[in-house]
Amino acid sequence: MEKLLLVEHEKCTACRICELVCSAKHCGVINPVKARITVATFLEDNFFFPVTCQHCEEPLCKDVCPTGAIVKNPETGAVVIEESKCIGCRMCSAACPFGAISYCSADRKVVKCDLCEGEPECVMFCPWDAIKYVDADSAMVRKRRDVGDKLKRALQEVKV
Amino acid sequence: MYGWIGKLARIDLTKKSVVVEDLDPKMAEEYIGARGLGTKILCKEVKPGTDPFSPDNKLIFATGPLTGTGAISSGRYNVITKSPLTGYIAASNSGGYFPAEIKYAGFDAFIFEGKADEPVYVWVNNGKVEIRCAKHVWGKDTSETTDILVAETDPDAKVACIGPAGENQVLFSCVINDKGRAAGRSGVGAVMGSKNLKAVVVRGTGDVKISDMKAFREAMAASFKKIREHPVTSQGLPTYGTPVLVNVVNQHGAFPTRNFQTGVFDRAEKISGETLSETLLVRKRACFACPIACGRPTAVTTEKYAGKGEGPEYEVIWAFGATCDIDDLEAITKANYICNELGIDPITMGSTLACAMELYEKGYIPKDATDIPLRFGDADLLIEAVRKTAYKEGIGELLAKGSYRLAEEFGHPELSMSTKKQEYPAYDPRGSKGIGLNYATSNRGGCHVRGYTISPEMLGVPEKLDPLSKENKAFWVKAFQDVTALVDSSGMCLFTTFALGAPDVASMLEPATGIPFSTEKALLAGERIWNLERLYNMREGLTKDDDNLVPRLVEEGMPEGPAAGQVVELDEMLAEYYALRGWSDKGEPTPETLDRLNLGKCKSRCVCEEA
Repeated sequence: MEKLLLVEHEKCTACRICELVCSAKHCGVINPVKARITVATFLEDNFFFPVTCQHCEEPLCKDVCPTGAIVKNPETGAVVIEESKCIGCRMCSAACPFGAISYCSADRKVVKCDLCEGEPECVMFCPWDAIKYVDADSAMVRKRRDVGDKLKRALQEVKV
Repeated sequence: MYGWIGKLARIDLTKKSVVVEDLDPKMAEEYIGARGLGTKILCKEVKPGTDPFSPDNKLIFATGPLTGTGAISSGRYNVITKSPLTGYIAASNSGGYFPAEIKYAGFDAFIFEGKADEPVYVWVNNGKVEIRCAKHVWGKDTSETTDILVAETDPDAKVACIGPAGENQVLFSCVINDKGRAAGRSGVGAVMGSKNLKAVVVRGTGDVKISDMKAFREAMAASFKKIREHPVTSQGLPTYGTPVLVNVVNQHGAFPTRNFQTGVFDRAEKISGETLSETLLVRKRACFACPIACGRPTAVTTEKYAGKGEGPEYEVIWAFGATCDIDDLEAITKANYICNELGIDPITMGSTLACAMELYEKGYIPKDATDIPLRFGDADLLIEAVRKTAYKEGIGELLAKGSYRLAEEFGHPELSMSTKKQEYPAYDPRGSKGIGLNYATSNRGGCHVRGYTISPEMLGVPEKLDPLSKENKAFWVKAFQDVTALVDSSGMCLFTTFALGAPDVASMLEPATGIPFSTEKALLAGERIWNLERLYNMREGLTKDDDNLVPRLVEEGMPEGPAAGQVVELDEMLAEYYALRGWSDKGEPTPETLDRLNLGKCKSRCVCEEA
């Protein structure tokens, strides 16, 4: 069953644990700049948004790759790099509208979120469930239900 | 090294020189980092009797081996120096994002020495350290300073700086990082100001290496689970922040009101954590790597007090609230914002103001000796008093010295609610005896974050103790003081200790650093650090007589509430405490104790003998 990463920015507290566990899992060191996820943090405005690969239906990174190294797994929906085919040209980084593909100078290769083969580390350690890995088809149903819940509470509050 | 970066930057502001040194691995193992490491360096390098404002005093920014690693709530650092407020050790702890950035920039600690001949800031960028002119930000508040320095360095740079209060050497000014987090107490900002050092700006993209990532992840995951399951760290603190304590402490009759004249504030509900959450709170926010998220971004829209920022925390609500007999949460919050902007410790500020109010109302401060009337309950006074203090205008000149010197000036030092000249925080020890013993023995004077016995005495964590009993409190105070020294030195936040203990800290320290850390060894390091601080203070003139509480707490019975009639039986607890610590009846560590802690070279009063 296809699943996707669902980000709910209202729940994020900007603790950036997702960045730390991501770099630990993929690079074996702790380093936020090496993570495949970044919490865009605007402290003044109290707005925090974890940004990572959206695993697009029509991945621009895949389209621009000259060696066909980027593939979308039809079962899981994950967009992944096949290392053996990658020539490190970084065209994918240039094409990605989310900045989700970075270049790791230590390993001399491009890196991106691979959904941790179905068990995303960021999801496991997010204290507030601001990042969830959920069934793709029903993800938005849940979100709509949450919106409904908010409306319900608001209505209950104004009803005297 | 693993965990630690293994590098210190020694920055001589007089000579404008920078030397990068290796961290001594033995020193790191014995003193862990942050608070412990900084204290060790201060002991070794600063001569006894040094004037805190002399160029010979040093200012140390130190992280711990877990800072920036992703260990639970591991986004912290300490600022260590000789305190101008107490004359003893100062070690002030702060979170936010700045501390971890120090590690990513390739350092464990910065040692600032000497004094710049004109305002400077230090720009640390991935191992490179540069001393730059700061004339253009001198005089500016902490927010504006941060924005300007980020704009001229790197958009991802993190900034720690002083405000006008630190520049003017207000004795309780802080170092503010990330705009709203503070290394708050004991006047560390004033020492920074005395060195003409306006700010430290850091950017780093380097690695923190972990010795055994698999074991580290397991330990971290186990602690993460405990934090997420404990009611204090998963519900109380995230939902209401530290102000959750307002109602709890008030219900125990230990919420100091009108300068500790009583422990019951009849309007506590108006300034409670619940009220804050319903009115001014914008959302919850975390420091780096913290799953608790007690941070309180707030906004006030009422025109008179309009603004936004971080806080107030529990202690601030008390300091500008109950102890000044003020129940206006918006005024309190606005005064807190101004403290952040000007770089002032709101605990000492509020307590000094409350002391001034009592002196004024009793006629000890003559009406013509102050340019503003100092009446309890006057909310409008808060903002004016903070400003006057930061700029040392009018009565602010005296307020800027803290309550002890102020009360002494007017002939009534007993009305300063302080020990070792540092003001008590927001718990009346007549309603919580253990915290009284902790206030009396804390190495930095009146302070709650050295041995937080409020946890067992009021919250029942890890087990419920009778707050009004003196029994066994010496044991708890010592245990909490030692584990706190360990936690502070590791780079983790004290708030983790509601859910975690020394075994959990040790379980993360060992795989992070690759050095065996049994629980016993880790706790012994905590005890060693506590004793080293004690030795430092003794060297600076501390005696048993300094382990005191003000007469109000040991002689005047609490007038009302659940703790009515209570006084703190300090002498009995203190004797038990000294014995447990392995100190003589004069409060000095015995040679056997020093040997047990591997402090044997620190011959009693002089810890400088150890090279």
